[in-house]
Amino acid sequence: MADAVSRAGPSPAGRRMTMKKFVRRRSTIAFFMALPLILLIALLVVYPALFSMYLATLNKSMEHFVGFGNFEFLFKRDTFWMVVKQSCIFAISAVFFKALIGFFLAHFVHTIPAKGQRKWRGMLLVPWVIPPAMSTLGWFWLFDPSYSAFNWLFVRIGIDPVNWLGDPLWARISVILVNVWYGAPFFLIMYLAALKSVPEQLFEAASIDGANWWQKIWYITLPMMRNIISITVLFSLIVTFANFDIVRILTSGGPVDQTHVFATWAFNLGIQGNDIPLGASVSLFMLPILGISAIFILRGVTKRGNEA
Amino acid sequence: MTSSKRFTRRRFLATTAAASAVTLVPPYISGAHAAGKLSVGFWDHWVPGANDTLTKICNEWAAKEKVEIKIDYITSQGSKLQLTGVAEAQAKSGHDILQFPSWDAPNQAKNLVPLDDIMNAAIKKNGNAVDVVEYLGKVDGHWIAVPGTNGSQLKGPCGRIDLLKKYAGLDVVKMYPGAGGKPDKALQDQWTWDAFLSAAEKCHKGGNPFGLGFGQTTDSVDWVGALFHAFGAQLVDAKGNITVKSDAVKQVLEYAQKLVKVVPPDVFAWDDASNNKYLISGQGSLIMNPPSAWAVAKRDNIKVAEQCWTFPSPKGPKGRYAPGLPFFWGIWNWSKNIPAAKSLLAHLSERSSIERLVAASGGYDIPGFSGLRDFKTWAEEGPPKGTVYNYPPRADQIVSISGSPAPVRIANQIYTQATMTKMIAKCTQSGESIDKAIGWAASELEGFMRT
Repeated sequence: MADAVSRAGPSPAGRRMTMKKFVRRRSTIAFFMALPLILLIALLVVYPALFSMYLATLNKSMEHFVGFGNFEFLFKRDTFWMVVKQSCIFAISAVFFKALIGFFLAHFVHTIPAKGQRKWRGMLLVPWVIPPAMSTLGWFWLFDPSYSAFNWLFVRIGIDPVNWLGDPLWARISVILVNVWYGAPFFLIMYLAALKSVPEQLFEAASIDGANWWQKIWYITLPMMRNIISITVLFSLIVTFANFDIVRILTSGGPVDQTHVFATWAFNLGIQGNDIPLGASVSLFMLPILGISAIFILRGVTKRGNEA
Repeated sequence: MTSSKRFTRRRFLATTAAASAVTLVPPYISGAHAAGKLSVGFWDHWVPGANDTLTKICNEWAAKEKVEIKIDYITSQGSKLQLTGVAEAQAKSGHDILQFPSWDAPNQAKNLVPLDDIMNAAIKKNGNAVDVVEYLGKVDGHWIAVPGTNGSQLKGPCGRIDLLKKYAGLDVVKMYPGAGGKPDKALQDQWTWDAFLSAAEKCHKGGNPFGLGFGQTTDSVDWVGALFHAFGAQLVDAKGNITVKSDAVKQVLEYAQKLVKVVPPDVFAWDDASNNKYLISGQGSLIMNPPSAWAVAKRDNIKVAEQCWTFPSPKGPKGRYAPGLPFFWGIWNWSKNIPAAKSLLAHLSERSSIERLVAASGGYDIPGFSGLRDFKTWAEEGPPKGTVYNYPPRADQIVSISGSPAPVRIANQIYTQATMTKMIAKCTQSGESIDKAIGWAASELEGFMRT
C-alpha cells in the first residue's frame, strides 16, 4: 500500500504543503525580493554585454559573421598594442597611487578625534562626489594648452611653463593625476571603514609588546585589511581600465594617440569612425583578463574568510 | 405583391450592415493634421535664434501641408548627434528625418531613402552642389541626403586686418574686399601657401603668431586636409589605392615642418575651442575657422572683432582648396511618412528657406549649392562691414574635406583618426624623419582598408 502511494506521488494536499513550504523558505523570499534588481541588471548590463559580444563578431558593414576576425585584425595593429600598453600603465599606476594615498589618508583621518573627523571626511570626499565630467573640465582649464593656471603660477615663480596636454609624457601624467585625484577618496572611505573594524585590543597588546608604528601597520593593520584591500583594488582596477570621461575631456587620446585607453579608442573607432564591430572588439579585449584576475582575487578573499 | 415588399431576413442583414458602415466609417475631413505626423531631429545651432527660424520655417510648411510636426534639437557636444544617428540606425526607429554630420550620411546610406528627385529639382533652381557635398551626399550615383544648411561650414582664414598689415604687409581687405569692392587679382594670385608661411613667420617674429591647431579634432584636421589637397598630397586615391608614399606628401610635410616652428608650441594639444580663444584674446593674428570666433569676439572683445576679416585659403600647386564641413538631412527608410518628409526637405532646399537660415546664423551657415552665394547677410554683417563677405566659396575655390578623394569608408577613418595631423606631429614634435612618418601612415592606411 505504501508502495502504491509513493508511486502515485504526493496527494494534492501534500503538494500544496510542499509549495507553501517552498514559498515560505527564506531563500525563495530573498530571490523574489531581489528579482526586480536581477531583471534590471539583466536588462541594462547582461543584454548590452551580450549584444556587444555579438557586434564584435561582425564585419565592418555589420552584414557578415567574421568570428574572431576583428580580434585577429587588431592583434596585427601597432596602435592597438600601444593602447593596450597605455591602458595598463594608466590603470595600474592610477590604482597604485589611489590605494597608497587612500591608505595614508585613512590613517590620518582615523587618528583625528571623533569630533572633528566628520568635517575632514566630508572635505576629503568632495572629489569623489563631483561628477567626473565636471571636475575634469576644471582640470582641463588648469592644464589648458595656452592659458594653464599652473603655468601662469610657474612663470611667476620663475619655472618654465609645462606643455601639460601637448607633450606625450606630461599628457599621460596629467590624465593619471586627475584619475588619482578623483578616485583616492573611494579608497579612503573603504580603508577607514576597515580600520575602524580592527579591534583596539590588538594595538594595545602590540604596544605592550613594544611594537613600533611600522610594526603595527605591517603585522596588524595590513593583515586585518587584506580582504578589503583586495576587493577595493579589484573593483578600482576594473573601473579604471574602463575609464572614458577623464581621457576624453582632457586629451581625446592625443597627442598622437599616446593617451588613448580602451574606452576612448573604442569610441573613436566605433562611433566616430563608423566601425562599430571593431570598437566593440576593442572594448571587450580586457574582459577575459579582468575576469580571470577577478576569479583569483575573489578566491583569495574567500579562502582567507574560511581560514578566519 | 405583399411578398415583394416583405422585409426578409437577408434584407434586414444587408440594411443593418449598410447602416452600420455609414455610422462607423467617418467621412474624410481634411483636418489640421490630415497628412500625418513627422518627427525631425535637427542639429542644435550654437547661434542664438537660429533654431527659432528653422522651427518657424518648418511650422509654416506643416500648417500648409497639414502635417503634425515634432522637432528635436540635438547638440553635437559630446558627439550626441552622431550617437543619436547610430542608435536610431541600430534600433531602426526614431525620427523620420535626422540631420547627419558629414561622414554619417554616406555611412548610413543603406538606411536612407534616395532623394534624387528632391536634389535634381534643387540643383535646377540653386545651381550645382559643391564638390564636397556631392562627394559625401551621393552614393552609387544616388543622392542619399540633401545638404543641410544649418551647421554646414567652411574653415578658411580669419585674420586680423591690422596685424597682418603691420607685420606681413598683407592688405587682406584690398585682396578680398567686401561687397561692391574691386578685388585685387594680382594680390589674390600671390596669396599662396608660400606667402602664408612667410606671413606666419613675420607675425611670429612680431609677437602675434598664427593660431593653427595641429591636434586631433575637426578644426585641425579640416585645415590640414586643405593644405594637403593644395599640394596634391593624397594618402589614398579615389580608387582606394594607398598613395601616401609620394613626392607631394613629402613636400607638404617639409612645408609643415617650417610652419610648426612659427606657431605656438602647444598646438598639438589644441581642441576646437583653442584657436578661437587664441584669436579672441588678441594674441593670434590669423586662425583657420568659420566666423564663429569673430561672432564671439563681437560679444566679448569688440576691438578684436572690428579687425577680423574672413577670406579664402591660400593657393597651392594643385589649386585653392577650402576646408568644408557640410551637414546633411536624410530620411530613414523605416519612416512612416516618407512623402511628408520629402516635402519638408524640398521646402528646406528652397532658396527662400536657405536665405532665411543663413540670415538667422549671421552668415555662419554655408548652403551646399554653388548658386547661392549672393545673400545680403554676408555683405552686411559687421563690424567691420563685409567681414564675412568672402566666407562663402566663390570663383577658384574647391571645397574639399580631409581624407577625400579616397572612398568614403577609408576617408572617414583618415579623418577621424587624424592621420594627417599625426603625420605632422610625428615628423616635428616627435622628432621622427619624414620617411618614418610616411611609413607609419602607410601601415595605418592598410588597416583602414577593411570592409
